[in-house]
Amino acid sequence: MNLLKWARTKSPWILHFNTGGCNGCDIELLAAFTPRFDVERFGILLQGSPRHADILAVTGPVTLQVRERLIRIYEQMPEPKYVLAVGSCACSGAPFKDCYNVIGGVDKVLPVDVYVPGCPPKPEAIIDGVVKLIQKIEEEKIDEKGR
Amino acid sequence: MSYGSMIKVPFGPQHPALKEPEHFLFEIDGDIIVNVKPRIGYNHRGIEKAFERRTYIQNIYLAERICGICSDAHTTCYTQAIEELLDVEVPPRARYIRVIVAELERIHSHSLWLGIAAHEIGFDTLFMHLWRDREAVMDVLELVSGNRVHYAMNTIGGVRREIASEIIPKIIGSLDFLEKRTKYYMKVLRSEQTVLKRTVDIGVLKPEDAVELCAVGPTLRASGVKNDVRRDDPYAAYDEIPFNIVTDDGCDVFSRILVRCGEILESINMIRYALDHMPSGMLRVRVPMAVKPGEAVSRVEAPRGELIHYVKSNGSTRPERYKVRSPTLANIPALCKMLIGQHVADIPIILAGIDPCFACMDRLVFVDVKTNKKKALDFESFRKIVRKQRELL
Ligand code: SF4
Repeated sequence: MNLLKWARTKSPWILHFNTGGCNGCDIELLAAFTPRFDVERFGILLQGSPRHADILAVTGPVTLQVRERLIRIYEQMPEPKYVLAVGSCACSGAPFKDCYNVIGGVDKVLPVDVYVPGCPPKPEAIIDGVVKLIQKIEEEKIDEKGR
Repeated sequence: MSYGSMIKVPFGPQHPALKEPEHFLFEIDGDIIVNVKPRIGYNHRGIEKAFERRTYIQNIYLAERICGICSDAHTTCYTQAIEELLDVEVPPRARYIRVIVAELERIHSHSLWLGIAAHEIGFDTLFMHLWRDREAVMDVLELVSGNRVHYAMNTIGGVRREIASEIIPKIIGSLDFLEKRTKYYMKVLRSEQTVLKRTVDIGVLKPEDAVELCAVGPTLRASGVKNDVRRDDPYAAYDEIPFNIVTDDGCDVFSRILVRCGEILESINMIRYALDHMPSGMLRVRVPMAVKPGEAVSRVEAPRGELIHYVKSNGSTRPERYKVRSPTLANIPALCKMLIGQHVADIPIILAGIDPCFACMDRLVFVDVKTNKKKALDFESFRKIVRKQRELL
């Protein structure tokens, strides 16, 4: 494992973006960062700026209006970047799938690496999703660019 | 005021201080805010239209998902509106259970908010402590309903689950713990300079402005106005349970903190009383699938303030029109008023001060940014706009 990857898997920083969800997933995601669950013990940090983030955690279905912003935020993140879809809404659009202003799940707009279903998923499930994502990063091949 | 020195600062839709996508445009002169333009709608999903396509039973679950923090308030409001149309009486035990869950939700929502407010003023230690203690009420909610966020307790004609006598001691135990902690936090908040310096005299909303701009909930009560749907228009079992309306005369962010702390303590007492005096009996009455034609409005005091649902039925199994007026929307004009004349550094805490919940708010609404007045369009003019847009396309 090269140094870069070691650093990446030891301390991925998360950017949280709500694309139109009901808030339920957001509070559970935030709860995962507080003392009872504490994902910070894995080196994971909640980050405010897309330019510092490795993982984009998306909650909620993608609405027509937020779509452009979501893409813009994703583009601002440095490579390599990963997307975590938190909640049924982010996975598929769930109850809002047929609403006129909703595009659907996040995978309609961005490539998603890990899906965490549940309405909302419990913080434990979110942590499990993050751990799975870290495993995925670890197993990834490194190409000649060192990515 | 010279416009030459004016700078425009965009805020959001993705911003660390906001958990939800929303956009505000601030016009500042030096360090002072002179104008605010809210740009809402990033969260608009089209729920009201979706209501018309689902049956009354399916809509309970949709109403719950309007907002994850006040999910129980939305379902209570929804079921009450339908019950009014159907002319059914909710059994007394179910009314008590509704109160208990609603007050548990208020505790969870307010302590969540206190944590966020602490975070906004840079007091992260307090944020972490508050959220650790909040887990106690989340455990109770999970124990009662089986889920931490969407409880699915209400149904048309009553509630779906019993609060068994075995779990009552556990609930009381958690309430005692929460009471002790809340009292401790109140003491800390009152004496801690970090908090006082950032919140006292910040974001002032005078009582007359609060009333004129139709503020609701703790935002209104922190301006010293005694207004609470639970007392003014009692629903569920609120007419049988004694409680005080917590108000404060400070009119600033600090009084909003105190009001919410006080409400947590009130809620704890209300739950204790309700658990003690819960009548026995049925949990729900069966109701028909189709609802007779008519209109109904129902009001509920959600954690953030007065929540209004409106339903129109045409006699089928689906509503013809559904409308939700959420408390955050009612507070936006007041919020703009609070922000003007304040420093840029205080934006996050003032914004957080009304406990905004954009998931609730983003439905079809027009805000006239020039006068900061909410403009409610009637159906005809709305149709005209839609038609015009369709022609453009
Ligand atoms: S998955 Fe459920 S809790 Fe999460 S945003 Fe969607 S409706 Fe809300």
